[in-house]
Amino acid sequence: MTTIAAVPPFAELLDAPRPAEPAWLAARRAAAAERFAAVGVPSSRDEDWRFTPVSAIANTAWTAPGVSPEVTAADIARFRLSTGSLAVLVDGRFAPDLSELPAGVTASSLHAAISEGNAELESHLGLVAPIAMSPFVALSLATFTDGVVLHLAEGTTLATPLEVMHLTTTAAEGALIAPRVFVTAGTGARGAILEQFVSLADTLHVTNAVTELVLAPESWVEHVRVQRESEQAWHLGFTHAEQATASHYRSFALSLGAKLARHNLHARLGGEQVETLMYGLYLTRDSQLADTHSAIFHDQPNCNSWEVYKGVLDDTSRAVFNGKVFVQPIAQKTDAKQTNRNLLLSDTARVDTKPQLEIFADDVKCTHGATVGRLNDLQRYYLQTRGIGGRTAQELLIWAFAAEVLTEVTIAPVRAAIEQIVRNRLDEMLG
Amino acid sequence: MSLLNITNLHAAVDESEILKGISLTVNAGEVHAIMGPNGSGKSTLAQVLAGHPAYEVTQGTVTLEGEDLLDMEAEERAWAGVFLAFQYPVEIPGVTNAYFLRMAYNEVRKARGLDELDPMEFLDLLEEKLKVVEWGPEIMERAVNFGFSGGEKKRNEILQMAVLEPKLAILDETDSGLDIDALRIVADGVNKLRSPERAIILVTHYQRLLDYIVPDFVHVLAGGKIVKSGGKELALELEAKGYEWLTGIPEAAAV
Repeated sequence: MTTIAAVPPFAELLDAPRPAEPAWLAARRAAAAERFAAVGVPSSRDEDWRFTPVSAIANTAWTAPGVSPEVTAADIARFRLSTGSLAVLVDGRFAPDLSELPAGVTASSLHAAISEGNAELESHLGLVAPIAMSPFVALSLATFTDGVVLHLAEGTTLATPLEVMHLTTTAAEGALIAPRVFVTAGTGARGAILEQFVSLADTLHVTNAVTELVLAPESWVEHVRVQRESEQAWHLGFTHAEQATASHYRSFALSLGAKLARHNLHARLGGEQVETLMYGLYLTRDSQLADTHSAIFHDQPNCNSWEVYKGVLDDTSRAVFNGKVFVQPIAQKTDAKQTNRNLLLSDTARVDTKPQLEIFADDVKCTHGATVGRLNDLQRYYLQTRGIGGRTAQELLIWAFAAEVLTEVTIAPVRAAIEQIVRNRLDEMLG
Repeated sequence: MSLLNITNLHAAVDESEILKGISLTVNAGEVHAIMGPNGSGKSTLAQVLAGHPAYEVTQGTVTLEGEDLLDMEAEERAWAGVFLAFQYPVEIPGVTNAYFLRMAYNEVRKARGLDELDPMEFLDLLEEKLKVVEWGPEIMERAVNFGFSGGEKKRNEILQMAVLEPKLAILDETDSGLDIDALRIVADGVNKLRSPERAIILVTHYQRLLDYIVPDFVHVLAGGKIVKSGGKELALELEAKGYEWLTGIPEAAAV
């Protein structure tokens, strides 16, 4: 049970006046605000947040971001993962001057799409990621101001990935940043979206980001998510993919920023022959905490899900991994595999990992495995006897550990950019 | 000056003494076979020379070209020219053989003050080295020893030896677990790497390997000491009589 704070920490934002919005959205926002008011910020008594202390968020009266300083193309160039199209949100607000939206597909700011009227949004926005799933999903729907919408029409292929850069500036200090991304892929459509969370300044803020993806039959979506926000910040992320028959959703998530980062990654396999792949890597240092809660809903038979998350932890940092897999009675011939492996670089780092398989069908193949360990002494010695010693050996072995998931990013230049980010962080971690 | 000088070497693991006073001199160009029953300390000697951190040297000295080997970390010994071919080569998933070999080669070069090779230059070098173990380039894209058969692992050790060009190569039970074809390839590889500048120590339980790699000297290790030394004919004598005539212990009991 959670308690309602006497003064809701987001009161100013929940009560903020808003430009006129369609009735359907106003109604959903009102329901979401009501929901958040009822449940509030979770406490550690809440099973879903047991190892992830966020209650302190309730102690601050978070505001809307102030006026952002000017951000130039040069400021963001160093963060790019690709050279393709780009949608930039500065402190949660769409920045048209910095963005280059892809031609030939429907892509726009969320605000613009809502103003223009968009049937897909009306059918799905705020419903794919249900407000009952998490207090912060409710908070997001109640408070979001902008975001990005991408629609891949039936049978089309997005030539280059769309990179969505969530950028914070000095104006984020003390603020709640609440962007939403909404992606629909029509029947047989293919494309990749690269979401990135970066900070230009070392601010203390809350990012509460929700991404909803709707995959029509036989569509193929690769979703890369890189979170490297200010290490003072709270990062709360929620991703939900709703998958129809024979669709393929492939996710890769890298988490190395924020003081506390929580990512919920959910997929509902709502048709047969669906494939869901979830890969992830978290690198934590100092007193950072990285939490991944995944949930895979096998609602139909003959589907596969495959999940591999790895973590490298240093100092007094912590990681939480919770992998839920629900297999409904009808979902026979489900093939689900989940793995979580952790490498501790210090005696004081800690991991709480927990598979949570709830299987109600009898003809399924579901496996899970979790490990927490240190660098292998025998491997280190073997490398030493080949002249590879000390830090070089350590780096090579950590790299080898992490590489297994990095290779799962299918777009070569994006993979190379991510590898460089990981190498740089490992460099810093090993000092 | 001899290449390797071992004097009165005592070594223990977990406070249990395994080597009890070994003295041995090895010159460049020589091949020495160290034979002995299981538990005699053969593999311990190999690991102590390579610098395994679990073994504690309690007495004695080891020098390589006059330098104190025991004072060096394992990687420093590799830089100085020591190579150990493992009895059980270690798997390193996630690192390709090509990357690993180039890194090892360059680390050794760097330590010796030589230029490092870039991937293309290294590829040329590798092409020559692969011939030593009769391998094609496809093995280079596989992860180090990961999922290798027993024979492939041993061949990979010899390939590493070919690349690193050690002054002293110690081969620990390189023949164990090999079928006759793999044994021939591995032994041929080692023979190609014999040179007047290089010494090789073959640690083996059986005489079989010595039919292929003919040693200059044979030493019998028992109870942590060298109990007999001789020429290559000593190995044949051991094959015929077993170890019991030297150790006084029935071999099964020594396991």
